[in-house]
Amino acid sequence: MTAEPRAARSPLQVATRQGVAVGVATAAYGVSFGALAVAAGLDVWQACVLSLVMFTGGSQFALVGVLASGGAAAGSTAIASAVLLGVRNAAYGMRMKPVVGVSGWWRTVAAAWVTIDESTAVALAQDDPEARKRGFWVTGIIVYVGWNLTTLLGALIGDLMGDTRAYGLDAAAAAAFLGLIWPRLRSHQTIAVASAAAVIAAALTPVVAPGVPVIAAAVVAVVFGLTNWLGAPRRKASLS
Amino acid sequence: MTLWHIVLLASIACVAIKLAGYAIPASWLENPATARTADLLTVALLAALIAVQTLGTGQQLVVDARVPALAVAGLLYWLRAPFLVVVIAAAAVAAVLRLWTGMA
Repeated sequence: MTAEPRAARSPLQVATRQGVAVGVATAAYGVSFGALAVAAGLDVWQACVLSLVMFTGGSQFALVGVLASGGAAAGSTAIASAVLLGVRNAAYGMRMKPVVGVSGWWRTVAAAWVTIDESTAVALAQDDPEARKRGFWVTGIIVYVGWNLTTLLGALIGDLMGDTRAYGLDAAAAAAFLGLIWPRLRSHQTIAVASAAAVIAAALTPVVAPGVPVIAAAVVAVVFGLTNWLGAPRRKASLS
Repeated sequence: MTLWHIVLLASIACVAIKLAGYAIPASWLENPATARTADLLTVALLAALIAVQTLGTGQQLVVDARVPALAVAGLLYWLRAPFLVVVIAAAAVAAVLRLWTGMA
């Protein structure tokens, strides 16, 4: 480590550093996605197409999670789960449009493609408009490249494993979802929604087709969202 | 539907959602109820997926090695362990329990 004084770093450098750090850390768990996708019955190419095109971790894990329990017969519920989990990216897009300030259709498409939790978070963590833009692109591009390389690696490893349950990969999937939800469990409302959704999904599992319990649990979000039950009395409901 | 249809349809839909964010007017999300619901949707779906992923085997509810593995994962997140470490630890707990205790 060099004794570089903090003040010497420009906002652009800070944004770049944060983007690289978040990008590399996020990209690393593409390995777990690749391995889980193959364990769920997808081939290596299908796992890679998901990371190249869908490119939104929550939805990707959701799709392979439902396919793992219901197979191709649960296709429509698998798609619905992935789509519902991707809805937040539209909210991020609205937030990022003025930040990125893109002009021209191909730049807009590129910006939308890499609009995910991480690129949005790093962009919004900066104060300077140019630094926000830099943070968005650095994070988005590094996560994209890294996530796709590690997905391929994970899928190849998963392919060699054979019986993935013996390696605890099914438990790894649940642990991965827990990691995605963990930072959001900061208010009574989100904890209540999470608990109710989990109970409903488990209770429905023996009685409805695979994949449907997850979709049904989305009703909890709608009820709490519209009524603001257990939410903050005024202002924004939560900071999650 | 084949797996390829599922993969492609879901992927295209998720890209379309991202593009929609850049195409629709920002005022749509200014309604607090809409914004809150979009936020809570993520929480509800992830929680439901955790439940199904931990207890579900096809259409049956089963308590097996995944339950202690998830408990360990929760403890590690609470201790602020990094994502990848937690995921590997959870897999290891389930794998070791199955190997040593014959747990399902």
